[in-house]
Amino acid sequence: MIVLPLSHILIFSLLLFAIGLYGALVRRNIIGILISIELMLNAANVNLIAFSKYTSLAPETGQIFAFFVIALAAAAAAVGLAIVLALYRIRKTVYTDEVNLLKW
Amino acid sequence: MVTADQILLAPVLPLIAFTVNILLGRFMKNHAAWLSLAASASAGVIALPVCWAVFHGAHFSHQITWLMLGTTPLKFGYSMDPLSASLLFMVTIVGTLIQIYAMGYMHGDPRYSRFFAYVSLFMSAMLTLVIADNYLLFFMAWEIMGLCSYLLIGFHFVKDSAANAAKKAFLTTRIGDIGFLLGFLTLFTAIGTLNFSQMNTLLAGAHTPHAALNTGLLAMAALFIFCGTIGKSAQFPLHVWLPDAMEGPTPVSALIHAATMVAAGVFLLARSFPLFMAVPSVLPIVTTIGTLTTFMAAFIALTQTDIKRVLAYSTISQLGYMVTAMGLSGLSAGTFHLITHAFFKALLFMGAGSVIHGTHVQHIGEMGGLFKKMPHTALTFIIASLALSGIPPFSGFWSKDEILLTAYASGHSLVFWILLLSAFMTAFYMFRLIFLTFFGSPRDPKIHAHESPAIMTLPLWLLAIGTILIGIPGSPWMHHWFQNFIAHMIHHPEYEPSVFVMACSVAAAVTGIALAGVIYLKKPIWAVNVARVFPTFYKLSYNKFYFDEFYAAYIVKPFQGFGRVLFGFDETVVDGAVNGTGHVTLVISRAKQWIDTYIVDGAVNFMGTAVYFLNSITKRVQTGFVQNYLLIVFLALIAFLILELKLA
Repeated sequence: MIVLPLSHILIFSLLLFAIGLYGALVRRNIIGILISIELMLNAANVNLIAFSKYTSLAPETGQIFAFFVIALAAAAAAVGLAIVLALYRIRKTVYTDEVNLLKW
Repeated sequence: MVTADQILLAPVLPLIAFTVNILLGRFMKNHAAWLSLAASASAGVIALPVCWAVFHGAHFSHQITWLMLGTTPLKFGYSMDPLSASLLFMVTIVGTLIQIYAMGYMHGDPRYSRFFAYVSLFMSAMLTLVIADNYLLFFMAWEIMGLCSYLLIGFHFVKDSAANAAKKAFLTTRIGDIGFLLGFLTLFTAIGTLNFSQMNTLLAGAHTPHAALNTGLLAMAALFIFCGTIGKSAQFPLHVWLPDAMEGPTPVSALIHAATMVAAGVFLLARSFPLFMAVPSVLPIVTTIGTLTTFMAAFIALTQTDIKRVLAYSTISQLGYMVTAMGLSGLSAGTFHLITHAFFKALLFMGAGSVIHGTHVQHIGEMGGLFKKMPHTALTFIIASLALSGIPPFSGFWSKDEILLTAYASGHSLVFWILLLSAFMTAFYMFRLIFLTFFGSPRDPKIHAHESPAIMTLPLWLLAIGTILIGIPGSPWMHHWFQNFIAHMIHHPEYEPSVFVMACSVAAAVTGIALAGVIYLKKPIWAVNVARVFPTFYKLSYNKFYFDEFYAAYIVKPFQGFGRVLFGFDETVVDGAVNGTGHVTLVISRAKQWIDTYIVDGAVNFMGTAVYFLNSITKRVQTGFVQNYLLIVFLALIAFLILELKLA
């Protein structure tokens, strides 16, 4: 059995996080931003699982934490989508550059 | 039974009427007159029983200590003796009748209640003066009367002439009043009391050589007090205010400037009679002034054309008779003439007022033939004129005869003849007035005369009855009861009636009336001829001996010049100081304003501007793009991580 080294998994999760961050920072569409945030959360999940596997700690610690993150992500997505719907009803748009009321 | 203290209510009731009318007058409308009238009539009802008791020999007085002058108490009180009882009798009756008349005369005046308020205040002061038992209280009442006179002469103050006449009256009488004040203060220094009866007692022994009284001081006091009489009773040389006082409403002329207030000067002489008897050297001065005034005023009255001015000069002349009588020690004669004169002169003024009311003119040249149109006014006016001229049995005859008798019997034959000549002139000018006003034909067809209402003619008739009857108590028919009554109080020389004097008096009066009748009914050209033949006399009389011009040139003008100098001082120095202070303050406040604008406000504005400027830089952080914020958060996280790693 080929054992995948920890560093590979970490590089993968790093890439996943970087893609998510890039998406969150540059996408105009709020839906896209939400999806990117999901990517970043999942990158964190991968990390948690990886550390749980490769360290001598009790394996449940990291896995349970990942479950928490998944539940949290679902909740965040629900709230985020609700905000997007409400925003669309009021402003007829889902692009962030057209929503700049917080400006000075 | 009379309780004497009730007499105090006599002055108090009109005072209450005054207070109510002056404060609530605007709500009272015509009730103001009823209130004043009720107060005056009640004062009469209260006073007359007391007078009656005094006429039967009673004497009342009561005093309270008002204040202490060192160890000398100053007492105020009233004293009801024959003099005050006679005056009280006259003042309440004449005053009440004149107020009834005034209700008709003043009807429709916008300041109706104010008029009656002043009249009530006057009544109050006059009644106080009459019953006062000392000089100080007398003087206070005297001054209040002067004030009322001023207010009432200037009652129609929108007219310049009325306002000036009021000022003239007030200032002229003030000269005399200062004399009076100095007089009784000097008297207080000399004898240590201001009370009339105490003065009588003290001065009774003044003739005896061992009397330790300073006669020089007493003579000075007497002269100063006589100044008060000269001012108030309009004697030469301060008589000029009384003719001008005719600017006041006619009831005021009747009440104040004929019957009561001007008589107060003579009453003052009567009150001070013991003082004058103690210093006989002053008496010739009094006699001279009185005689001079009598003649001068009668002479001026001959040519005056204003109905009220003729009566005003007549009043001055008659007051001159009274003063002359006092100067000749004829206390009872002077007082008697004072009482009778009050009745018939009030009646004459009210008649004149009725004529003015009916015709709206005062110039006798424009009247004429009014007898048929105003029979009541004319008849009562003639009755009063007969009394004034001295035709028996009217009251004026008895009193004037007493004065002539005093002059004749005391041996002052020059005074007697001047007074007799004045009596002739009196009859002449009065009947000149009557013939021009009531007889002949109407000279101005525009005048539609009408008789005055009953509220005015009723008092006329009541006073006419009084005019006829009031002389009786002093006539031989009642054995000169009045003279004995007054003499009972203060002893003074009395004279047996003289048929010669009576005959002269009646002859003078009848001649005067007859001459007036001939000239003004039959031969009007004679009057013009007389004026042309004696232009000097005519001008002197017509221009009132140029007194007003003389005073204007030598007293009023220098004072005005002095006033202008003071005004100039006021304008340049006093106002200059005030304006300078203002100017300096202005300059200082400009400097302060500069500091406020540029330094205080500048600091505040600078703070605001600085904050605004900084704000314009820092506000750019907030772009409004959510992703910018996210980027910043991420970069910060990176930075903290690097920091953490470096520190570790």
